[in-house]
Amino acid sequence: MMLLLILPGFLYFVVFHWLPIPGNIIAFEDYQPYLGFIDSVWVGLDNFAAAFSDQAFWFALRNTLVITLMQLILFFPVPIMLALLLNSIMSPGLKKFVQSVIYLPHFLGWVIIISIFTQLLGPTGVIPNLFESLGLPSISPMTNPDTFPLLVTVQTIWKDAGWGTIMFLAALASIDNDLYEAAAIDGAGPWRRTWAVTIPGMMPIIVLLLILNLGSALSVGFEQIILQRNNVGAQAGEVLDTYVYYHGIVDGQWGTAAAVGLVKGVVGLFLVLGANKLAHLFGQDGVYSRER
Amino acid sequence: MSVEMNAPTTVMRLGTKGARRLKARRPVWMEKPSIPMQGLKGLVLLAVCIAVIYPFLTVIGTSLSTQQEIAANNGFVLFPQHPTLDAYKTILSGGIVTDALIRSIGITLVGTALSVALTVMMAYGLSRKGVMGGNFFLMTALLTMLFTPGIIPTFLVVKELGLLNTYAALILPTALSAFNLVIVRSFFKGIPTELVEAARLDGAGDLRILWHVMLPLSKAVIAVVGLFYAVGYWNAFFNAMLYVNSDKWPLAMVLRQYVLLGSSLDQSAVGEIAAPTQAIQMAVVVISLVPILLVYPFLQKYFTKGVLTGAVKG
Repeated sequence: MMLLLILPGFLYFVVFHWLPIPGNIIAFEDYQPYLGFIDSVWVGLDNFAAAFSDQAFWFALRNTLVITLMQLILFFPVPIMLALLLNSIMSPGLKKFVQSVIYLPHFLGWVIIISIFTQLLGPTGVIPNLFESLGLPSISPMTNPDTFPLLVTVQTIWKDAGWGTIMFLAALASIDNDLYEAAAIDGAGPWRRTWAVTIPGMMPIIVLLLILNLGSALSVGFEQIILQRNNVGAQAGEVLDTYVYYHGIVDGQWGTAAAVGLVKGVVGLFLVLGANKLAHLFGQDGVYSRER
Repeated sequence: MSVEMNAPTTVMRLGTKGARRLKARRPVWMEKPSIPMQGLKGLVLLAVCIAVIYPFLTVIGTSLSTQQEIAANNGFVLFPQHPTLDAYKTILSGGIVTDALIRSIGITLVGTALSVALTVMMAYGLSRKGVMGGNFFLMTALLTMLFTPGIIPTFLVVKELGLLNTYAALILPTALSAFNLVIVRSFFKGIPTELVEAARLDGAGDLRILWHVMLPLSKAVIAVVGLFYAVGYWNAFFNAMLYVNSDKWPLAMVLRQYVLLGSSLDQSAVGEIAAPTQAIQMAVVVISLVPILLVYPFLQKYFTKGVLTGAVKG
């Protein structure tokens, strides 16, 4: 009976998550849809060679890494700081209100968010118009290839920085109040207490989230990017995921695209495992020791 | 039900009424906050809230404006002087947006029901001890969080299953989320075994226990997970972009096509009332926002709880 309850869900994971994995074999084939997996010609590593000699691939890789790096530097600390700020608010009512406001954007889809950003920052948007009417140099944040990674990061911050505070707030709540009291009695001021009690208390969760972020380092928001890729052109707006989509599904270069996708997946997996190992070395819990 | 994180314990014990009167009490060892510091905090919080709320107001304002007003204000209309519903009449009088809206509602309802059912059943099965192969099934689900098979192979599987250009392709490929499964499972694990044992002694089978014992106790977590799924389906356009033709597009995909890619909406969304393009575009955005804004207040008190159960207990 129990098995019957589990079975549908299990089938889902097998069909849509495990079955595609052997499908990666087409990365080593000259895959032709009408021939299928079995009859398509085996080409060894040619697809990888083709991808690596494609300049567009390198652009995509570079953009992916730039955006990841930018998000790591600019986005990652924001929820931590917001959580610290929220945590320092004494009034429960105010805190609750701010929380409800900042969680909201997380529930909007990228299409909606980018539509809103277009309204504000697009060619006929609010802010460029404001600049114009103030006699300032005209700007065009939505279509400027040079600032695209920054734009993407700002959008991510707007969407998820508030939501990101949940975890950190929980970590903060679990810090024993006695520690603060003891520190205060020992003469530690507010900043000193933050440094000596709060930050160490948050460290495990910070490390955990860093690891998880690292694992998705090569997947920078597919939906978000593909919605804006054409605004800034492929050279600046292509990332690995959109490269796979355009070369595989749009242009029909199945093998090459699958090769890039495979490399991406494998590198991502090793990044998580490696980062987790590293976390263990530094004496942190990392991802899986929690699952026991 | 709500988790009042961080409130000093005295306040917790006094209950909400007492807490409101007292506010949160500053522990004796804590310094009185300085005025400039508090002012700074206030400013930052105000800025953050404005940064979130302001964009919504412009979008709504613009969608209610007339062409003259939009032109006169450089596309910046926060509070229209002569609000008009023309844009909404245009898009809701039949045509592409109306169809997509109906489709989106259908997909969201069916998809959410299916997803929640699958999640609850599997989570219940995995939450009880001694189920044959339990660990194996759990790992099958959890490991999918580590490795993504890739867009191309997934596309080929959907194609081989004959799902291309069906509504099923908008639901099935993302029907279950391992993350939500973990949330529900750990919630079920937290329900005392005695309850299940008692029901079993009374002769209830697994289905009956799930329906009459577990579900009534897990309304909160199911609400959260249901919301996560519903929002996912409502916002999704990835599946639509990959798998279906334009006659099956949900609202998000229409939004992309007509608002972001700038295809002309006017001819296709036939309406006798001429509303300004920008107002129409923003009206589509507002319509996509409405369902989320409607359910949000009811469910937000469960967020913290739901997310934390999933994250902490693993």
